[in-house]
Amino acid sequence: MSPFPAHLLSMDDLGTEEIVEVLEVADSFVEVGRRANPKVPTLRGRTVATLFFEDSTRTRMSFETAAKRMSADVLSFAPGSSSVKKGESLRDTIETIEAIGIDGVIIRHASSGVPARAAGWLDHCSVINAGDGWHQHPTQALLDLYTVRQAFGGGDSGLARFEGMQVVIVGDIRHSRVARSQITAYTALGAEVTLVAPTTLLPPSLEGWPVTSVTQHLDDVLPKADVVSLLRVQSERGSGEFVPTLREYTADYGLTARRATMLQPGAFILHPGPIVRGVEIASEVAELPAALITDQVSNGVAVRMAVLFLLLGQGTLGGAHRG
Amino acid sequence: MGHTVGDRGESVTGAGPTLVIRGGTVVDQSGERRADVLIAEGRVAAVESRIARPRGAVVLEADGCVVAPGLVDLHTHLREPGREESETIETGTRAASLGGFTAVVAMPNTEPALDSAEAVRNVQELAVGASAHVAVAGAITVGRAGERLAPMSELAALGVRLFTDDGAGVQSAGLMRRALDYATGLGVTLAQHCEDRTLAGDGAMHEGAWSSRLGIPGMPAAAEEVMVARDIALVRALGARMHFLHLSTTGSVDLVRRAKSEGLAVTAEAAPHHFSLTDGRTADYDPVFKVNPPLRPQADVDALKAGLADGTIDAIATDHAPHAPELKDLPFDQAPPGMLGLQTALSLAISELDLPVARILALLSWQPASICGLDPVHGGDQGGAIVPGAAGNICVIDPTATWTVEASMLASRSRNSPYDGRKLTGRVRHTVFRGEPVVIDAEAQR
Repeated sequence: MSPFPAHLLSMDDLGTEEIVEVLEVADSFVEVGRRANPKVPTLRGRTVATLFFEDSTRTRMSFETAAKRMSADVLSFAPGSSSVKKGESLRDTIETIEAIGIDGVIIRHASSGVPARAAGWLDHCSVINAGDGWHQHPTQALLDLYTVRQAFGGGDSGLARFEGMQVVIVGDIRHSRVARSQITAYTALGAEVTLVAPTTLLPPSLEGWPVTSVTQHLDDVLPKADVVSLLRVQSERGSGEFVPTLREYTADYGLTARRATMLQPGAFILHPGPIVRGVEIASEVAELPAALITDQVSNGVAVRMAVLFLLLGQGTLGGAHRG
Repeated sequence: MGHTVGDRGESVTGAGPTLVIRGGTVVDQSGERRADVLIAEGRVAAVESRIARPRGAVVLEADGCVVAPGLVDLHTHLREPGREESETIETGTRAASLGGFTAVVAMPNTEPALDSAEAVRNVQELAVGASAHVAVAGAITVGRAGERLAPMSELAALGVRLFTDDGAGVQSAGLMRRALDYATGLGVTLAQHCEDRTLAGDGAMHEGAWSSRLGIPGMPAAAEEVMVARDIALVRALGARMHFLHLSTTGSVDLVRRAKSEGLAVTAEAAPHHFSLTDGRTADYDPVFKVNPPLRPQADVDALKAGLADGTIDAIATDHAPHAPELKDLPFDQAPPGMLGLQTALSLAISELDLPVARILALLSWQPASICGLDPVHGGDQGGAIVPGAAGNICVIDPTATWTVEASMLASRSRNSPYDGRKLTGRVRHTVFRGEPVVIDAEAQR
């Protein structure tokens, strides 16, 4: 098995073997999470920092919970979206992190590429991308895979279900770091991905993207879908520039109660949250047993524990890059 | 030697050292011939097959080298006044001289913008004693804000021959029409940075496969092309003349090619980075590859090379745009666009373009000199043939020498060269500016 990479910047950093490794390690941490005392000493003595230039309470809490359950020391930096205004460059901020002696830094930034740049400036500290601009959000894609595998029975049999699985991703693909990570993640395990979006919310080019098809007709693809993954539509996108109105968006792309009846039995619905009820998903659809939205959140902690373990766990499967 | 400022901003030189450029091949508009060149009192005194060294003369060895009129850059950002931490007139013109340039056109996007007689005069005075002639480009509109015309006649009286709001295009077609109309009466040339803001939006790179994958907002080729097309329509309607700055797309080159075949008075330039780098270089999110117009795909690179080869594009212009290192350590979408270019332009042209040296020199010397009115035909002293009596603005180029770019060794105050570590062919050996050797054996003398 190839060594786990030094950083997790993009789903492209992980091959199929590494993805499966994350899922399998996460199984043991799901088990830990069920204990009365859900804490293990795995990362005792290691220091992890969250560096969120863009606010995200949900993702930051998930990472910090993961690190604390592994007994790491956790520092939380919230430098705001523009460190330049404070007179400190991004590079200075990143290099300070290393000088403090931090082992792993979890970065979220509104600008694509910041985690990659940070990784280039750091010698001894692993970088985990917690979402950069429109680019990537790899742990979100990994927890989606984990959740789908679990919903299809878990373990090797759940994993085997990805082969030929029909995954439909609906919504604002253009501006979505989640979609970019999901597409790579699902296809790495053998799934076929269909994108459904108004053409204005597709990327300008899909050259080189491993997608099977692209359509503007959600009704055509829902009956064959095994997984429907919805993306949040930001209200400003529906204010006339990308789509005329949110009402029109919902009519064409929303997972309404009517559309939910078109799903085959055993199909599942995912959403990275926070959901905008009544826009991309009807409130009652979000409450269906097929909707895995809360499973995604709870699995997020275990999957992030797995990623931290593989990147920082000294003398174990990961950590091979340092020295 | 004493400098004074002439009535058009040019520096007038009195006496100077006596130089013999020995052993080279003179290449200029009239062709090429093996000849030594004697320079005395700031001017070419003799061009003969063998010139004995006069007593006290400095000999510049040119064996195997090309002796050419000094290069002229139509597009330089010197940053002074306002951004002296990135570049000054002194450091920028030193970089120019090391790149073989004896004149640069200083873009008006300084702080304050060069939109008034006072601002223009200030730069002209700061440029006295610089290592190359600094021709000031004036802004088309006040503050480059695209709202009302700058006092072009007043600036023309100070010697300004080229006007542009570079960094931005004039967005209003109506205002651009008035500007072209007014400029025609003054006999000056307008130059446009073609970019429709409504299409370019927040774009930080070329919109295409790479921007989509990297998740970086893109600016489509059409953002440039719609303004090229618009301005060609205005030139046609008004009988005006116009220069297009840094063309970067296949469509723009095609539009200018057709406009020229119609006989319209349009000229165009291309920047070395647009014919030597592609948008894939942004894959690591390093803002040193961020520039405006952005790096484009290979098909556009090929179209620019074809345009340079067939005469559609008249000049290679650097768009030398220094930025202090901390600005290039910002996230890609926040970092300012721009690259250093003065010291690498000639070498990139020799390395990347499959053109004879005489064609490359036409693109870097006498054609740009003509566009900005610095050539002898317009009363200037740049880009003219190397004959007795001509101005002593000369560069000596070793076309086969190879060197490796080291960003940290460049003369600019900034380090944002995208060519760090790249091996190039062709190097400037000596530069003579108004009879003075400002570069000898690739070393700046000032």
